[in-house]
Amino acid sequence: MMQKLFHYASPQNFYPLAGKLWPVFAVLATGLTVWGLWLGMFVAPTDFQQGEGYRIIFVHVPASWMSMVIYLAMAFWALLGLTFNTRLSGMMGRALAPTGAICAFLSLWTGALWGKPMWGAWWVWDARLTSELILFFLYLGYIALTSAIDDPRRADKAGGILALVGALNVPVIYFSVKWWNTLHQGASVSLTKGSSMAQIMLEAMLIMGLAFWMYAIAMALYRVRSIILVRERHAQWVADLPEVKAKAMEMKS
Amino acid sequence: MIWNNWSDFWAMGGYGVYVWGSFGVSAALICIEMVWVRQARNKALSQVAQELAAAQTQGKDWQG
Repeated sequence: MMQKLFHYASPQNFYPLAGKLWPVFAVLATGLTVWGLWLGMFVAPTDFQQGEGYRIIFVHVPASWMSMVIYLAMAFWALLGLTFNTRLSGMMGRALAPTGAICAFLSLWTGALWGKPMWGAWWVWDARLTSELILFFLYLGYIALTSAIDDPRRADKAGGILALVGALNVPVIYFSVKWWNTLHQGASVSLTKGSSMAQIMLEAMLIMGLAFWMYAIAMALYRVRSIILVRERHAQWVADLPEVKAKAMEMKS
Repeated sequence: MIWNNWSDFWAMGGYGVYVWGSFGVSAALICIEMVWVRQARNKALSQVAQELAAAQTQGKDWQG
């Protein structure tokens, strides 16, 4: 098991594995999205307090969850990279960041569109909203920092430190609705108390959450392959890849 | 199915702008990201192929 893990920690072995895996996650993401949207938009009943406006939840909550999960995944890779000095870790961090930034943006965007009709404001400086905004800036900072440093190993190190330090913000987002008196409502789903939502609404939300999760994995795997190609371009195994040869032929003609 | 007709569905009980504004932008960003990663892969492949070709011709010059 451990041996297998170390085997795939090398970019040369991870490249074909990621190539095989991303379509699987893409198919799962598509199927779950269709199912989740069907349940959420056509089956789930009208909410007795928020009317049809609550349906924003089926994209708002999954995007918000993934914005936190992806950052934690980046911090995990950063920790691995900083302690074991594995090359793949930095590449995974960079492959994850853009999708995380998109999820954080969507969380804020859909939140604003939900806040306006329900609270009467697009934005308030509430602990939950502010910490999510900080998360969005952390993603942008990570992307800017890693692309500003030319030496990839140094860029990975700097990015890794930012990912690790910034990860402290994730529990702040998650618990903000408990720690402070916020306008944002408390968690609809909690590990300790179960759910306060109707069964079908909860089901649709969880399926959409899973769909976003699968999408994020598919995107990261797809993106990391491009990063591996560029970083390992001087290696013989890259030159031997059929897709590289095909591209070279295409460019000759 | 909870809707009587499509116009009810699109109206979302008066919340149409907010609901479709959320789903629309989400769908758009996901589509943009998918195009974007494809372009990045194409760029990466071109860069690798180009450097490889340059290295090969350089090698030949040096031999010749």
